[in-house]
Amino acid sequence: MPADLQSGGASITLRGLTKHYGDAVAVAGIDLEARPGEFLTFLGPSGSGKTTTLNMIAGFIDVTAGELLIDGQAVHSLPPHKRDIGMVFQQYALFPHMTVAENVAYPLKQRKVEKGERGRLVTAALAAVGLDGYDARRPSELSGGQQQRVALARAIVYSPQVLLMDEPLGALDRKLRDTLQLEIKRIHAELGTTFVYVTHDQEEALALSDRIAVFNAGRIEQVGTAEELYDAPETVFCAQFLGESTLLQGTARPDGGATLVEGPGVRVHAGRGHHSAGAAAVVVRPERITLVPATDDAPAGNAVRGRVTEDVYLGNGRKLQIELPDGSAGTVRETAAARSACRSGDEVWLTFSADDAVVLPDDGASAPTAPVAAGAAA
Amino acid sequence: MSAPTVTDGATRASVPAAPRKPKRRVGRGLLWAFSALVAFWLVAPALVVIPLSFTDKQSLAFPPTGWSTRWYENFFSDPTWAASLWSSIQVGLLTTVVATVVGTAAALGLARLGPRGQTLARGALMAPIIVPVIVVAVGTYALFLRFRLLGTLPGFVAAHTVLALPFVIIPVSASLAGLDRRLQDAAAICGANRWAVLRQITLPLVAPGILSGALFAFVTSFDEVVISLFIQSPYLRTLPVQMYGSITRDTDPTIAAAATMILVITTSLVVVASAVALRRIKHAR
Repeated sequence: MPADLQSGGASITLRGLTKHYGDAVAVAGIDLEARPGEFLTFLGPSGSGKTTTLNMIAGFIDVTAGELLIDGQAVHSLPPHKRDIGMVFQQYALFPHMTVAENVAYPLKQRKVEKGERGRLVTAALAAVGLDGYDARRPSELSGGQQQRVALARAIVYSPQVLLMDEPLGALDRKLRDTLQLEIKRIHAELGTTFVYVTHDQEEALALSDRIAVFNAGRIEQVGTAEELYDAPETVFCAQFLGESTLLQGTARPDGGATLVEGPGVRVHAGRGHHSAGAAAVVVRPERITLVPATDDAPAGNAVRGRVTEDVYLGNGRKLQIELPDGSAGTVRETAAARSACRSGDEVWLTFSADDAVVLPDDGASAPTAPVAAGAAA
Repeated sequence: MSAPTVTDGATRASVPAAPRKPKRRVGRGLLWAFSALVAFWLVAPALVVIPLSFTDKQSLAFPPTGWSTRWYENFFSDPTWAASLWSSIQVGLLTTVVATVVGTAAALGLARLGPRGQTLARGALMAPIIVPVIVVAVGTYALFLRFRLLGTLPGFVAAHTVLALPFVIIPVSASLAGLDRRLQDAAAICGANRWAVLRQITLPLVAPGILSGALFAFVTSFDEVVISLFIQSPYLRTLPVQMYGSITRDTDPTIAAAATMILVITTSLVVVASAVALRRIKHAR
């Protein structure tokens, strides 16, 4: 990548950012900071406020309350064309009456970049996205993946310090998505621009991001690296939206160095989490649970009774659905090397270490149904 | 319009396919006959004026018994006919410009309004095609009398623009509705201010709608007769007004020559516009 396209990334700061539509609250006071050069992803279900927040950063939607700063400068009252931000849209949004080169040159023309320089930058940007020689084509002559590459070239050609991406791979098929993910990651690394990426696809978020902000109902549930979100979720929503989990509900109280959670058919110790009184949910990731046939005596340590309802062979291991004492479903994954003898219909003990159990406040909000892509996540 | 179907039929006939069922062929024949009848019914009255304009008699008797071009000579040599054609072209072109600019601006504004405001404003702008023309004509006459606009070029242009506006707003609004709003956002984030977005993105993309609106505006003005009758003066009289006067005073076949010319002008405009539109569509692919 030529040095012309590189940009020092800018920080983005949201302070109490709020958007109301009449009485409806789309974004309920968000505090967030994107660090310079960071790849930050807004992850959440549709209607969670992630796209509204992105559109407020771009300037397409007015801010109801709060502050928006780029590199410390308040920009929330500036129109989009004065914010010096790049953006890639889900449906490409290429100008159909212009050629590929004219599309990419468009932001440079607005900036009155001199013609020779313009040509050089357009060539560099098209090369960066692997579309050398496509200058004279029309967007309608390109495939969806190629169109999105042109859109990406148009967004980076003027070296904005911030690049926003609104579900840019949402309209593409799986294979193309994987290829473009890698390219977006590479381009981010080479440019040094701050990326803010919106998606509802957790795998995409895990694969691309430095940090992920999980959105739910107009708020941010948690911000952290993929590891932090997976290993130490702070809310039940996060635990269920990102990856699979088994949830055990009960009442918490401190017990020695750990927290004891007791509920119907549940009596377990959780070694992690910051919640030790009142309604609680214990979250355990599927690969942290070991199944023991129920014919044996109750094993020492954390053990919860259940019945295997489904047993899916995945080649590199197995995925089992377990019916828990309270009727809810749990998920267990076994690697091929550590397969138990348990089969569908068997009564089992679910055993796990207290260090792998995270206790969270149970806000009563029943968690969302597992995301569609959950099956392929682990 | 029937051309593609004919080609289609010919290709199919050349393929040695299974013999067609006779019943279906009878049905197709009937459909063709009926369609031809409807087409004839629609265009016959207009086509009658063409032979009439070439008659050698001093009457509008149909069919003509002899042929001449004297009524065309008469049309161009008689100063009242020539002047009225020139007036119609002037009024038509000015109306086209004013109605296209104002109508396009109105369509852009309508697209930004909320649903309730849009219904109200659209209703008001569409009123000229719903309110009986004779009512508009009487009102216009009263107003123009007061403001001394009767028989003036600005008066004609103003009155015709009111009638032509809906015919601009409808196609431009339709084009705007088909426009991806994200394109305007994309241009803005690329650094284009509102004016640049309008000039470089929105207008070029709704150009087909604007072109068709302009065409409708010209045709609306060019054959408007009711209001024009009310606001005419001996000094400014459009072609349809002159024709109406001519047929009430003397049944002179010059009117058939005038009608034929109107037919030719409007038809060729539509043909040219369709050809341009077709080329644009091919180009866009």
